[in-house]
Amino acid sequence: MEPQNIIEASRQLLAEAQALAERAAQLAQEAEAARAVTEAAHAAPVADGGHGLFFVLLLTVFVLACFVGYYVVWRVTPALHSPLMSVTNAVSSVIIVGALIAASPAGGGYGFSAVMGFFGVALASVNIFGGFIVTQRMLQMYKKKK
Amino acid sequence: MIIAAYLAYIVAAICFIMALRGLSSPETARAGNIYGIVGMVIAIVVTMIAMPQILPEGTQTRYWLIILGILIGAPIGTYIALRIQMTALPQLVAAFHSLVGLAAVFVAIAAFYNPSAYGIGLAGDIAVASLIEMSIGVAIGAITFTGSIVAFAKLQGLVSGNPLVFPMQHPLNAALGIGIVVLVIWMCATNSDVAFWLIVIFALALGFLLIVPIGGADMPVVISMLNSYSGWAAAGIGFTLQNQLLIITGALVGASGAILSYIMCKGMNRSIFNVILGGFGGESVGPSAAGGPRNVKRGSADDAAFIMKNAQSVIVVPGYGMAVAQAQHALREMGDLLKAEGVTVKYAIHPVAGRMPGHMNVLLAEANVPYEDVAELEDINRDFATCDVAYVIGANDVTNPAAKTDPTSSIYGMPILDVEKAKTVLFVKRSLGSGYAGVDNELFFRDNTMMLFGDAKKMTEEIVKNLD
Repeated sequence: MEPQNIIEASRQLLAEAQALAERAAQLAQEAEAARAVTEAAHAAPVADGGHGLFFVLLLTVFVLACFVGYYVVWRVTPALHSPLMSVTNAVSSVIIVGALIAASPAGGGYGFSAVMGFFGVALASVNIFGGFIVTQRMLQMYKKKK
Repeated sequence: MIIAAYLAYIVAAICFIMALRGLSSPETARAGNIYGIVGMVIAIVVTMIAMPQILPEGTQTRYWLIILGILIGAPIGTYIALRIQMTALPQLVAAFHSLVGLAAVFVAIAAFYNPSAYGIGLAGDIAVASLIEMSIGVAIGAITFTGSIVAFAKLQGLVSGNPLVFPMQHPLNAALGIGIVVLVIWMCATNSDVAFWLIVIFALALGFLLIVPIGGADMPVVISMLNSYSGWAAAGIGFTLQNQLLIITGALVGASGAILSYIMCKGMNRSIFNVILGGFGGESVGPSAAGGPRNVKRGSADDAAFIMKNAQSVIVVPGYGMAVAQAQHALREMGDLLKAEGVTVKYAIHPVAGRMPGHMNVLLAEANVPYEDVAELEDINRDFATCDVAYVIGANDVTNPAAKTDPTSSIYGMPILDVEKAKTVLFVKRSLGSGYAGVDNELFFRDNTMMLFGDAKKMTEEIVKNLD
């Protein structure tokens, strides 16, 4: 092998090594960034459950909704207090949203929660269908009589 | 996508508000119910569509379990709702409340064991704030569950409607309440699942013990209260899951139940604490000892028919006895015949008549009584002074003048229907027994009162025959 060629080859090797080192550094940086991101994502809920300001926002929504409920319900005519109970009952089964989220993840580790979610969905469905239909039946009777 | 889902939740929340708003008049009520259904469909469909974004990245979604749950629940609910007798409505509502409570418990358990699905941390490492919200949701849900089951059993007649009082009741309840608070602190400190399950068990026991001492006649308050609880449970779960739709809906329902409880308590002139502490209002209908034998004027269906036919105006006062005897259809027939004779017929409803808010109104509506003829206490009370006949059917304490005149009476101060001011009071009753409050009704012994002894339905049917 001619020295010329050896030099050539070693130069090439050097370039390749440099490129590799650069890639490695880049990967390390990426890994670090990814770790920071996951850590941040992880730390936030642990620190305050994603709460703090967000909690205050939800609390605001809650309090305002209480006021809306208060004023709307006082306007309900006493003759319709029974349908009011059954429709609020049907509406409160919106808790099914939580059950849906519990029931849907597939795979290991989710088994028990999914079963709980499944029961929640079934119970809430009884309530949704039962509640709205019985309300409709009641209201049907309040139709104006000729 | 997730933003779109949350925007759709606002629409669903507005639909639920409109559902309640619609109930301000019978004309708009059915549209309101449709709003409610639309809101629920939006909530479910949107959650399903957004599921891959809601769950943590990389989680496989699976829908068949959800669909299976709905396929099991829907026919059961539909069947029950279509078959139920209108007189059994209070126990149906109680049973439905228990389902909401139990569903809340299940969701909280799922959230405890699989918090990452809701983005509130990892199992065994859930934030304190989330744990507190979770324990509030699960405790109220569990109380609603067992409390509603007891209310259901009492209303259905599976157990006696009498208040079950035992020594140390209140200290025991207080101990359970304090125990729950201690357990919550323990759970927050350690994420212990033992603490979580103990909270569930304590709350289940508390719900049972809270409702057991409350008598059958206080059920309108109890049902409204449980209605309210089911709402607060949903809101508590909403805070845990950081879902604003659950929070809004829970607040609406909670407020609604609270207002109904307040109206019912006012209708009985009792404080909510007085009702919760219980021990009042059994169903014992024994002749009361006090007073000795007194004269009452007895009448027959024939007499009653004659008197009403010749009257200008008749006010019907229905109570729980009408529901028990299923007399509403016969009553409407009687009303129709009287109207044909040119008699004005109105119906006066006391707020706590029956076993749930608005119970009498629904039964009268079922029997096709026009709702314009049905009036609430404050709207019709002054009409008794000018009416010829008050026809009291299955009501008792809500007509008792002692509530106004006798400060020693246990019902003193309760707003009553002034039936004693009518020229003639026709009182349909099985016996001279006292009402749920265990108070004698002096109305029975008045000169202008005629007692019609017999079953509410049979007596009314007899009158109908005599009117023909």
